[in-house]
Amino acid sequence: MIRFILNNTPIATNQPPGMVLLDFIRYHRQLTGTKIGCREGDCGACTVLVGEWNDGKLLYKSMTSCLLPIGNAEGKHIVTVEGVNGTGLTPVQEAMAGEGATQCGFCTPGFVVSLTGFCLENQKPTMENAVAAIDGNICRCTGYKSIERAAGRLVTLLKDRKKTETGIEFCVRHKILPDYFLGIPERMSLLQESEKSKIKALSAAQTKKPRLLAGGTDLYVQQHDEMTNANIKFLLDEPGHDEIHIDGNECVLGPAVTVTDLAKSGVFSELFTFFPEYIKLVSSTPIRNMATIAGNFINASPIGDFTIFFLALDAKLKLKDGEHERLVPLRKLYKGYKILDKTPEEQITEIRFELHGTRTCFHFEKISKRRNLDIASVNSACNITSDKGIIGDAAISAGGVGPIPLYLEKNICLVNR
Amino acid sequence: MKNIDSYTHLRGESVYLDDIPVIKGTLYAAVFDSPVAHGVIRVLDIHEASAMPGVVEIFTARDIPGENQIGGIIPDEELLADKHVHFCGMPVALVVAETEEAARAAVKKIKVDIDPLPVITDPRIAKAKGELIIPPRTFKLGNTETAWKDCEYIIEGQTETNGQEHLYIETQGAYAIPMENGAIRVYSSTQGPTAVQRTISKVLGLPMHKIEVDTTRLGGGFGGKEDQASAWGAFCALACKLLNRPVKYSLHRMEDMRMTGKRHPYSSDFKIGLNKELKILAYEATFFQNAGAAADLSPAVMERTLFHCTNSYFIPNVKATAFSCRTNLPPNTAFRGFGGPQGMFVIEAAIVKAAEKIGVPASAIQEKNLLSTGDEFPYGQKAESEAIACWQELNKHFDIAGMHSAVNEYNQAHPLSKKGFAIMPICFGISFTKTLMNQARSLVHVYTDGSVGISTGAVEMGQGVNTKILQVAAQVFSIDPDLIKINSTNTWRIANTSPTAASAAADLNGKATEIACIEILKRLKTVAAEILNTSIEKIELRDGFVWADGVQTTTDWKTLVMQTYIKRISLSEHAHYTPPGLSYDASIEKGHPFAYHVYGAAAITVTVDCLRGIYEVDSVKVIHDAGESMNKLIDIGQCEGGIVQGIGWMTMEEVVYDKDGKLRSNALSTYKVPDIYSVPKEIIIEFLKTSKTNLAIFNSKAVGEPPLMYGLGAYFALRNAVKAYNPKAEIGFDAPFTPEKVLMGLL
Repeated sequence: MIRFILNNTPIATNQPPGMVLLDFIRYHRQLTGTKIGCREGDCGACTVLVGEWNDGKLLYKSMTSCLLPIGNAEGKHIVTVEGVNGTGLTPVQEAMAGEGATQCGFCTPGFVVSLTGFCLENQKPTMENAVAAIDGNICRCTGYKSIERAAGRLVTLLKDRKKTETGIEFCVRHKILPDYFLGIPERMSLLQESEKSKIKALSAAQTKKPRLLAGGTDLYVQQHDEMTNANIKFLLDEPGHDEIHIDGNECVLGPAVTVTDLAKSGVFSELFTFFPEYIKLVSSTPIRNMATIAGNFINASPIGDFTIFFLALDAKLKLKDGEHERLVPLRKLYKGYKILDKTPEEQITEIRFELHGTRTCFHFEKISKRRNLDIASVNSACNITSDKGIIGDAAISAGGVGPIPLYLEKNICLVNR
Repeated sequence: MKNIDSYTHLRGESVYLDDIPVIKGTLYAAVFDSPVAHGVIRVLDIHEASAMPGVVEIFTARDIPGENQIGGIIPDEELLADKHVHFCGMPVALVVAETEEAARAAVKKIKVDIDPLPVITDPRIAKAKGELIIPPRTFKLGNTETAWKDCEYIIEGQTETNGQEHLYIETQGAYAIPMENGAIRVYSSTQGPTAVQRTISKVLGLPMHKIEVDTTRLGGGFGGKEDQASAWGAFCALACKLLNRPVKYSLHRMEDMRMTGKRHPYSSDFKIGLNKELKILAYEATFFQNAGAAADLSPAVMERTLFHCTNSYFIPNVKATAFSCRTNLPPNTAFRGFGGPQGMFVIEAAIVKAAEKIGVPASAIQEKNLLSTGDEFPYGQKAESEAIACWQELNKHFDIAGMHSAVNEYNQAHPLSKKGFAIMPICFGISFTKTLMNQARSLVHVYTDGSVGISTGAVEMGQGVNTKILQVAAQVFSIDPDLIKINSTNTWRIANTSPTAASAAADLNGKATEIACIEILKRLKTVAAEILNTSIEKIELRDGFVWADGVQTTTDWKTLVMQTYIKRISLSEHAHYTPPGLSYDASIEKGHPFAYHVYGAAAITVTVDCLRGIYEVDSVKVIHDAGESMNKLIDIGQCEGGIVQGIGWMTMEEVVYDKDGKLRSNALSTYKVPDIYSVPKEIIIEFLKTSKTNLAIFNSKAVGEPPLMYGLGAYFALRNAVKAYNPKAEIGFDAPFTPEKVLMGLL
């Protein structure tokens, strides 16, 4: 039995945990405002908000429900456009109507949900952040300018937010969200208490060889039909697995750290000055909210952006199969196209890389047909350690140049120069 | 006025095909399509698939009770391949199952053994082999042969424009429900309900009156659902008829991309001749249209390429020939612009190449040759031109000279980043070029409570046609728009409709609505005159009240409606409209095919990162000939959306088929349309102020297609930026200008 809150309704369902949320809400709850556009996380027509506790705060993130198995909705608050609707139009909806930001209307609920999520989040009310919130939503009709203008209206509205109020309180005060949201934090606490033991039960009940599933952003694109009734072990919500911390002179990432976790981590923005710029090049906000770094490694795409990123950092992976544990350098993980030095039972339990302090210089490049929300044509990262103007070590990685994400072994031409 | 659908759109309450509540007992269809682009079916093995759980029936060509034929213009396309397959994605078998999952699972178990035949993907090869859909057509004006000797400059070249995936966010689909007496109701995501009805009638061997096609709205069409929605309607109706159960099919994105046609790729040759004063004296073009495996709408698309081969220029001597070439790709189809953009790309490329050879800016040639009123198009119609007005206003309003020098200054100051600038004038003819299609009907009912219901042949797909039709009625009756409802498009209410296409739906259906409303208004006024004891000339309906002799009376709209009903006078009207003066004689390729033309001019600026080959569109500034826009919000939206779609076609949207005719850009992960970051940072649309009368509804000119063609300017602006970095770059004319091609040009 999977339990979560869908809009204002508590859900307890016996549907298979591998069923995607999109199918559940459309065909089992008849909430048809969430649309099917591509079923691969590339259009955002099925965007929902997912609320969960994080450090004592109830935080909402946008996610594409086509890649989100209901097993990953366990214990969370799922918000669709129907859960946003009040009487009349909300300020988000009103802004879009006023600017003519809806034409055929099919992508529209996705935009409404994403922009509502932007209003809920505690971000600086800037145009840049507003646009980033809808960077995963594709519209084929409007050319986006009217949507930008609508987002601009919301930026102005958000400047009215008081420091003392939560996102929910602000949104309810401005009727961006209906009143029931005020009661959600308490209902979520109760749900989570009662669910804690069950989450474990869900994972423990697995038979011998379960499919391992983290964010699902790749697995559900490739194997949607197979996954629905698969025997899945859910990795995303195991406690503590999304932590990022410094351990001596190493940075350590938990196995369920998502791209957004990285983006929001103070550790990372301190280490990599241009990290926000790199992040913008990788996928879209809703996908980054789901996709894990470890998943990017295991997917073994020759152009995986974070694989290339971490290859240059010489990351090491801790692999565990239940009994044994070993440390594998990421640079030694790939044996051929999608062939890994890893048994099916082994899973990543930790990612670590060494810190070289201020002596290092890091850069990431990605070229794609579309600048954002696209797969790299080629990508590359380099990490250079220098002392008094002399290069000590230079690590360079390149994607899209061979069957595996490539670490360039022969880079001695740069060393000692 | 806001789009009348915006309220339900924004609340997620608008009903699209897949949102219609399903009736108990509904079955689900899925198509098994050919994995081979050309060949003869030896064995089709459905045994394993038939035994799959939940599978009800698997239909093949032999099960079709009527004709196995869906070709609209030419009957050359089977619904289900019988013996031959002609493209990858051609439907071969139809699985019907209790659930969607079961249907798709069974499709995977169907096996087919096909003897392969040679695959053609290149239109020039098809032409060389005599594979033509229809005989070639040639448009002629003056005599190019004798004109060349007067030319100071003669330039020849070749161009390529690739296809474009429609990528309506709502995929194709249909839902058929059995009704009594063998009738079938079909909900269809189509721009052409009558086309769906006609196709089903043929496939099932049923009279048209037994088939009710109903369309509330589309989640985008762009031409992709004009002709190509019919197959899905026919599949559902076929299974519905044979099984007597409701059958639904909403395509998966990858099925849709694989099985449906796209904008036609063209390969073209040009020869252009100019005199010393930069006047274009002669122009010859040959177009090789990649039609795909069947005619679909290709002959009509090809025709429009010829109609727009000189864009907004007057050229006294023209010879343009077009070949519709049969290849082993999915049949290509209508897409916003309908062949026009492909023709316009070639003349613009010719001008750019000529400018480079002569050593003048392309804009100097463009400006010198703009159409004036009275100039003759190659097809004989005389222009009512706004081309020069738009061009001049563009220069004045946006200080084009200043923009130009700003670009030059930027380029001097930035060694690794270059800006490019181009002007794109447009001229687009409004009307179906098949004259008979220029007709529409509207059914207006006024109910006794004063509310109004309107049905027309127009299909709402985001372009706001329903809003405009509602505005027509509200204005004629002078009542609160809230009293009016626009109903779904339904073949039982409005018969023999033309598809919603050619940018003409608001004009044709709006005018029919205007006629119907005026007729009802006349009756209402007659009754009002009787009640108020005055003459009809003195009666006016204004803001929901009857006015007599310029004075408001106490008789309101609702009272008058009821009085009219009591007097047993009809409150309904079914009106017909066809624009006057249209004719075309294809035997001499001359006539007056268009009700009017839409003009405009755009200035486009781009910036290229010369290290990476990536680029941004800085701005698109437009003077657009909208006539007297009846809805600025909607018309600006059409302009912005069209421009971005056009830029997408010219930049990042790359349809890729391999040599075996297999679509490689088969999902949203591999086919990229503009996202919010890739659109121009600035789009400014100004409407040209004119008050000339024309055949548009309320003088508000059609706006659906023309703005797309401003996007062509992005190609030429990028070319200029690359040339600014690498003046010696040998760049052909091969759209889209992907970052990869830009990078190659920079090297």
